[in-house]
Amino acid sequence: MSEQKLMHSSNAMRGDDHVPLMLIEELSVDFSTARGPIHALRHISLEVAAGRILGLVGESGCGKSSLAYSLIGLLAGNARITHGVIRLGDDDLAHLSAARWRELRGKRIAMIFQDPMTSLNPVRTIGQQMMDIQYRERITRAEKRKFAVDFLAQVRIPDPEARLDSYPHELSGGMRQRVCIAMALLTRPDLLIADEPTTALDATLEVQIIHLLRELQQKFGCSVIFVSHHLGTVAELCDDVAVMYAGEVVEQGSVDEIFRQPAHPYTQALLECDPGSIREATRILPTIPGGLPDLRQVPTGCIFQDRCPQVFERCRREHPGFHLGERTQMARCHLIEQGEMTP
Amino acid sequence: MIYYATQRFLLSVLIVIVAISLLTLMLHVVPGDPATMILGPRATPELIEQTRVAMGLDQPLPVQIVKFFGRILHGDLGTDVFTGRAVSDIVFEQLPYTLVLIAVSILWSSVLGIVLGCYSALRAGTWLDTLSGILSVGTISIPAFVMALYAVLIFAVSLGWLPAIGAGEGFFDSAMHLILPAFAIGISWVGYIARMVRASMLEVMGAPHVRMARSFGLTEARIVRAYILRIAVQPAVTLLGTGVAHLFSAAVFVEVIFARPGIGALIVSSVNERNYPIILGAVLVTTAIIVLATLLSDLTVALLDPRQREAL
Repeated sequence: MSEQKLMHSSNAMRGDDHVPLMLIEELSVDFSTARGPIHALRHISLEVAAGRILGLVGESGCGKSSLAYSLIGLLAGNARITHGVIRLGDDDLAHLSAARWRELRGKRIAMIFQDPMTSLNPVRTIGQQMMDIQYRERITRAEKRKFAVDFLAQVRIPDPEARLDSYPHELSGGMRQRVCIAMALLTRPDLLIADEPTTALDATLEVQIIHLLRELQQKFGCSVIFVSHHLGTVAELCDDVAVMYAGEVVEQGSVDEIFRQPAHPYTQALLECDPGSIREATRILPTIPGGLPDLRQVPTGCIFQDRCPQVFERCRREHPGFHLGERTQMARCHLIEQGEMTP
Repeated sequence: MIYYATQRFLLSVLIVIVAISLLTLMLHVVPGDPATMILGPRATPELIEQTRVAMGLDQPLPVQIVKFFGRILHGDLGTDVFTGRAVSDIVFEQLPYTLVLIAVSILWSSVLGIVLGCYSALRAGTWLDTLSGILSVGTISIPAFVMALYAVLIFAVSLGWLPAIGAGEGFFDSAMHLILPAFAIGISWVGYIARMVRASMLEVMGAPHVRMARSFGLTEARIVRAYILRIAVQPAVTLLGTGVAHLFSAAVFVEVIFARPGIGALIVSSVNERNYPIILGAVLVTTAIIVLATLLSDLTVALLDPRQREAL
């Protein structure tokens, strides 16, 4: 990659008191296509703190789902990790054997997927599937069944005992997503990855699921990576947030700081576009002009240069490193370094 | 499931009734009077008229159909005009030969096809997959009767390993006589089923629920057996149900080529003689069997997939 060497830093190095569970350093992922490789993720450095919820936000196609999938080893067949380290305990998930992946999945890492309508197997009952995933436990079938009932009750599914014998198509979308959450938590993971778990649900259900996630995360104490394009839910649910744009993390830090005082022009634009933040009545929703750059030919300089309202000469020439804000906040923008930030 | 099965059964009965009605109508559209055929060119008009009355051909068509159904309900398929024997006796005498032939053909070809299809899908893109693809498409494009002719030429005439003519007597001899015809009928089905199972396997393997099963660390073997196969064989099961009809028509050629007794051979000779009662009887029985096969395959799919039980 013709990328200049980046300055990497993490919250841990800055004397933050959060214990990191997972450390992602300089992660790059390519997708091979007939017209050459797409550099979908480039030099992602992130930290997932133990017991905290990290939100990954960005518009469609920014790579947030790819990042989530690379953390559980379920990237598409044409994707390849070209660079970087994903540290979880003693393992480097960027270079892991298939056998070791199977040991980690459903034990240390679990995932909730986007579309609950298709995430459950249509020909097996809820109970069968919930018992299948307990294959590691050396307990009797009756005990496995009891755990399943217990966790269905945790996600507030009415009459959980009876639901075990239901097939997924007999349940509503919201119920199915609750089942998926119950299944993910049943494995007692250290890290729960939720890939837009509420996108396929309507607004009322979304709020319920978000509250449920928050409550269960506090109860089980696991870390959560919450992928979303919805800023409101991220603000409500997450402790930390990483803003992604075109395969890069452009800004990261705690939710308080970033939502109060966004440093990166992209984050600022994104927050202005959030319909929830518009106060006056209007028929026109604000948008960010321009489109995503072609990731086959990653441009030199800042990735956001073509759409940035504050672009200047250095942005075209030099790829910005991470510059530190006040506490946990970091942004890839030359403006911060030059002290010209106008939050 | 019981509700679904009942509904599905009643529908099958309806299909048989419609099929028989259409068949009776079609036979009357075909040129050539059966009475003239039986009696030959030198028959007197009086004699022809007498035979027509005896066969019930003088009555209006709807009456003929209704009477035919009435007789069927009593298990009477009519009487052969030439020999005077009961049609049901003649048909049921020939039926077992064809049923055994078709059953053996389906069994070997579907088992091999499903195994081959799964194997191809699990090793998609390797040379073994490509090879099985070429073989499958190759065998699909060869009609059963061509396959039968070559099978006879190679294994019976040139090599002399297997008998080519007749059905044989006793268990072992019959089994030997079955090999070549069952091979000829089944071989193109191996390809069909393999292709179909491969395609649906690949589709299911990419489904979100399979990815979710992987995210829990379930082993591939378990995922294939419990999560993929049960969904992926469904199109093949449906294909087999409707395929029984094609197998019957393939059996017609193969029975003629191997000079085997059977429904196929019976229908061919009856059509040549315009022996209406036998044609009707034989086709009625085959239709019933085909509808039964479709019913069975639909019930199997419903048993495999709970979603299929909801819709008819």
